Amino acid sequence: MQAGTVRKFTLLLGITTVFAIIGGCKKQVATAPPTHAAPAPTAQPTVTLSASPAQINSGDTSTLSWNSTDATDADIEPGVGKVAVQGSTPVNPTSSTTYTITATGAGGTATATTRVTVNAAALGVAPANNQSMSELFEQNVKDAYFDFNKADIRADARDALAKTAEFLRSYPQVRVTIEGHCDERGSTEYNIGLGERRAQAAKNYLISLGIGANRMDTVSWGKERPFCTEHTEQCWQQNRRGHFVAAQ
Amino acid sequence: MTKKLAIIATLFTAALLLCAGNVSAQDWFKTGTGLGVSKARVAVPEFAVRQPIPPALEKTFHDVLWSDLEFCGVLELVSPSFYPAQIPSQPSEVKFADWSSAPANAYMLAYGNLSGDATNLAAAGSLSDVHNPQAPIALQKIYRGPATDAGARKLAHQFADDIVALLSGGSAGIAETTIAYVSTRSGNKEIWAMDYDGQNQHQLTHLKSISLTPRWAPSADRIAFTCYVPFRGITSPQICLYSTISDRLISFPRYRGSNSSPAWSPDGAQIAFMSSQNGDPEIYLADSNGGGLKRITFAAGVSTSPAWNPKTGKQIVFVSDRGGEPVLYLANSDGTDVQKLDMPDMGYVVDPSWSPNGQLLAFSWRRPSGNFDIYIMDIVTRQLVELTRDQGRNERPSWAPDGRHIVFESTRTGTRHIWSMLADGSMPRQLTFQGQNESPNWSPK
Repeated sequence: MQAGTVRKFTLLLGITTVFAIIGGCKKQVATAPPTHAAPAPTAQPTVTLSASPAQINSGDTSTLSWNSTDATDADIEPGVGKVAVQGSTPVNPTSSTTYTITATGAGGTATATTRVTVNAAALGVAPANNQSMSELFEQNVKDAYFDFNKADIRADARDALAKTAEFLRSYPQVRVTIEGHCDERGSTEYNIGLGERRAQAAKNYLISLGIGANRMDTVSWGKERPFCTEHTEQCWQQNRRGHFVAAQ
Repeated sequence: MTKKLAIIATLFTAALLLCAGNVSAQDWFKTGTGLGVSKARVAVPEFAVRQPIPPALEKTFHDVLWSDLEFCGVLELVSPSFYPAQIPSQPSEVKFADWSSAPANAYMLAYGNLSGDATNLAAAGSLSDVHNPQAPIALQKIYRGPATDAGARKLAHQFADDIVALLSGGSAGIAETTIAYVSTRSGNKEIWAMDYDGQNQHQLTHLKSISLTPRWAPSADRIAFTCYVPFRGITSPQICLYSTISDRLISFPRYRGSNSSPAWSPDGAQIAFMSSQNGDPEIYLADSNGGGLKRITFAAGVSTSPAWNPKTGKQIVFVSDRGGEPVLYLANSDGTDVQKLDMPDMGYVVDPSWSPNGQLLAFSWRRPSGNFDIYIMDIVTRQLVELTRDQGRNERPSWAPDGRHIVFESTRTGTRHIWSMLADGSMPRQLTFQGQNESPNWSPK
């Protein structure tokens, strides 16, 4: 075979993911009488939202308070749901959370946000808090999963990594090692390379979300440390991951 | 499409030509080095015992001698049931016609006597051309060693290798070679070594982490391998060196990221390996003491599993997924002139191992339809030969220094074990039976 016959295989893999974000617009019931005549029926609603205290320790409670005008419905996310047009409610987020209230009225919708910052376990505090820190890590830092023979960040991995980025932003003292893992198929040697690429893909995605590169190390375990040892696709999928470990 | 068909047709024709006269009634191609050459018929009667030696040692000597010659790939052994009644113990006792005529129809006769005492063992071995009574005796030599099982094995291996060297046109036998491999039987993946026939299996490393991909230095005094060891607070894959002289690790630099798959240059001066120290997993060269680091591959994706042309030292084959699936690429050993080794079908092509004469590549190929199997490719003509089929997953071939044998890992028993075979796929022989075993590498001498 001559050199001239060498062919290049180009595998073009086009994955287009379309996210259709559909807003939850609620129609006002036509027969509902206006409560008073003063404001114009098309007045734009307004809304405010605050948290007190705005900074809490993990396990503590903050109170969200809100007020609105020209609104008939109000909704607070995440985790609160439909609420009265004015009021307050206690929340106890386990990680720093930005709450958004959406107030809807005849004249449209308005939103407001407030952030509750959850402190990391304070430096040098009792072991009980360290325990809760590792629990927090467990709860918030999720592994990113990959397709066979691929190191591309999938949509589900983007979600997991966004949550991980949120956690890392909230706890700037946390360093992580990202371990790349592969399923049992294929060569030991190639899988060490592939696992490294997966770990780097997860790292690069977190860098794109603003996490400092110097807080993350990568290492590949190839197919040497499977999370699941059955010979099924379900199990293999469990093993194709970028796994986060808090650096010591 | 036309080009693809043309390539398939070319390979088909080439394979049929290779097969002609050798294989019939098979739906795949099975051939390789050494076929088409008629094998010399050799009679190997048991040695006479001159002085009483432990019966166990006598049996070991005969079993090992027979096994060595049976698996050497260049001889056909005459069944003992065809041997004449009188067995010679020295050249003066040989009745040539008894061996050269039917039913033995032997071409050569290997024979001799054993003697010894409580501590020493001696085997006087002879090889006679029974068709030429006037010819000088082909081989007459006394082999000496301790009166132990290992001693008896060594004498048999030495006699077998001398016979093979004489009857294969000077190509040395492999009976005294060693196979390094990875075994889980201590509870961790460690590097182990065994005689080429599976005897004397022993653990070399005791890192109690994960050790992978052993590769013998050309001088056989060191083994480079992938080891998981701490570096800057992180346990990561690094390159380790083990001295078979001092039985301990010798130093090699640690690098950031993942480092794996070391391979020796044929002069032993350099090691090629995969490293992600600068990001992408690429192939680097370093002097065998770790100095002179140089990157030689530059393509997005993984480049790993380098294998040097052991004959010329001027070319490297490696695995890369730069085009999608991992397949083989050929380059100059400085990384220039990269060329994809086209295959007639898709699939994973990994684990390249270069034959000692530099002409053939053995590798594992996972075709879209099936399992991993061992193939060899003629590096010049690109002809392919399939060596395993329908018997579990067969991976990681490594050539014996005689170029006639390949050691590999197979799951055909349901458990991953080390097997050897002739380079035409015949005479598969299971070498390990305990634990999970993988990644065999045949010593160069």
